[in-house]
Amino acid sequence: MATEFHNLQELRHSASLANKVFIQRDYSEGTTCRFQTKFPSELDSRIERTLFEDTVKTLNNYYAEAEKIGGQSYLEGCLACTTAYIIFLCMETRYEKVLKKIGRYIQEQNEKIYAPRGLLITDPIERGMRVIEISIYEDRASSGSSSGSSSTSGTSAR
Amino acid sequence: MSAVMITRKVRKWESSGKEHFLLRWTRNDGPQKGVFYLTLFLIVGTCLTVLSIRVSRPIAASTLFIWAMITKNVIGACPYLAIHLSPAIPVFAIVLFLFVMAMLLRTSFSDPGVLPRALPEEATFIEMEIEAANGNVPAGQRPPPRIRNVQINGQIVKLKYCYTCKIFRPPRASHCSICDNCVDRFDHHCPWVGNCVGKRNYRYFYLFTLSLSLLTIYIFTFDIVHVVLRSVDSGFVKTLQDTPGTYPFVLVCFFTLWSVVGLTGFHTYLISLNQTTNEDIKGSWSGKNRVQNPYSHKNILKNCCEVLCGPAYPSVLDRRGLMRDDLPITSSAAVPAIRSNPVPQTTKTTAPLIPNEHTPDDTKPSIADTTNPHAEKSSPSPKEEKQPTLYKALHSPSLQSTVWTYEKTCF
Repeated sequence: MATEFHNLQELRHSASLANKVFIQRDYSEGTTCRFQTKFPSELDSRIERTLFEDTVKTLNNYYAEAEKIGGQSYLEGCLACTTAYIIFLCMETRYEKVLKKIGRYIQEQNEKIYAPRGLLITDPIERGMRVIEISIYEDRASSGSSSGSSSTSGTSAR
Repeated sequence: MSAVMITRKVRKWESSGKEHFLLRWTRNDGPQKGVFYLTLFLIVGTCLTVLSIRVSRPIAASTLFIWAMITKNVIGACPYLAIHLSPAIPVFAIVLFLFVMAMLLRTSFSDPGVLPRALPEEATFIEMEIEAANGNVPAGQRPPPRIRNVQINGQIVKLKYCYTCKIFRPPRASHCSICDNCVDRFDHHCPWVGNCVGKRNYRYFYLFTLSLSLLTIYIFTFDIVHVVLRSVDSGFVKTLQDTPGTYPFVLVCFFTLWSVVGLTGFHTYLISLNQTTNEDIKGSWSGKNRVQNPYSHKNILKNCCEVLCGPAYPSVLDRRGLMRDDLPITSSAAVPAIRSNPVPQTTKTTAPLIPNEHTPDDTKPSIADTTNPHAEKSSPSPKEEKQPTLYKALHSPSLQSTVWTYEKTCF
């Protein structure tokens, strides 16, 4: 069964944390920051596969843009080196700018897509850029039996 | 059931690892601290006495105390060279010295790329995955080692599980026993700078060794030039009598030169192959039977550019954040030692409570603002106490962050 929350306010009043899913890093292309787009089974009934994959792919693109080694990163590196990296105290690096964009994107995704479905994405930087943590919430009103059953089904599936 | 409030606020960095970035002076590893001070003293002492910069009295007293006697006659070197050759010589030396100090301090005081320990939920999730992968292990038999194989650029790389941090270490990461942290792209722990050298501060470390080599060569050369010029003017024996303090410095520079230049050369070699010291020592990518380095671009210039001119990675440590210890926490083994109140686990949750969530006491005022009749209860059940509010979670200080505000104040 899928619990429906119409907005954040409703979720706020009636949510209870049921489970968490961790999307791991994808190291197939090296140590650059990428997350696996494999759809976790726990989210099967909660969100459409395409929406989830879009979110992860967009995040991967943001991280690729942040870590891109090209003209701008060379310029930034050389300029910083000549000033003995003191310039980083005044200037925001490109990576930090992209991280802010990512923060805003995740907040927007949470508000528009994930919260109405009782899910919450945590920014990977809060978890050391290791995982994307997706918290699954259950409706508190129906939580007695449903969350109990979801937790037992969750443990039996492992 | 009420939560026991822990009175002492614990900073997050105190509960994981021994690395105290903001308070390096109070760190408890004595020999490491001592070596760092020795480094500072050697560099500062040598340069200051040769260049005879006017310094404030406290600094002069502390750094020049030992060198005062033998440098009395060396004071002539800098003005001599400025007059006879060019004033740019000591000026360049000062600039180079300042650069060396800046790089040393930057390497020493920046986060090398520490990977924070896994929170209890993540640790449990990983444990469950491992158990599922291992299947049923017969009693008495040792479970298989916790290794995850990943394919990187066509090569199979093994990721090891860190029992301290409770994570599968990313490729090239390693656990430093001195700092007690997993560090990304771990190179080595340098006692001279008193810090690990990892992904975030490797370029500063390399620039430090490079600029120190240049500075040492520069001072060595101009010490010799000074002695030669004086000898030409007033004879060798008289020069020896006039400047007895130069020779200890020449000796120090000579021995330093070999070690520092050697180290710079070694790291230049590593950078050109895109390897870390750790991988080189372990021989990860050497030998025909072993895997080829999957991170190398097979082009020296590209490798150098990636290591030295790559993006400035942000620190993922929330150093000023407070451990949220005012929560009824479940008695999971993964929970840090500061949590002294083991609340019995209810049947509802499959994973321990998130440390970042608010207590019912925190959320009650916000819920009371609404007219929702069933939002709060007078005597909350154990299940109720653990429920966070999504709104609070989204707008909590830890999410909005402190990650941004003090990224500005730390390197």
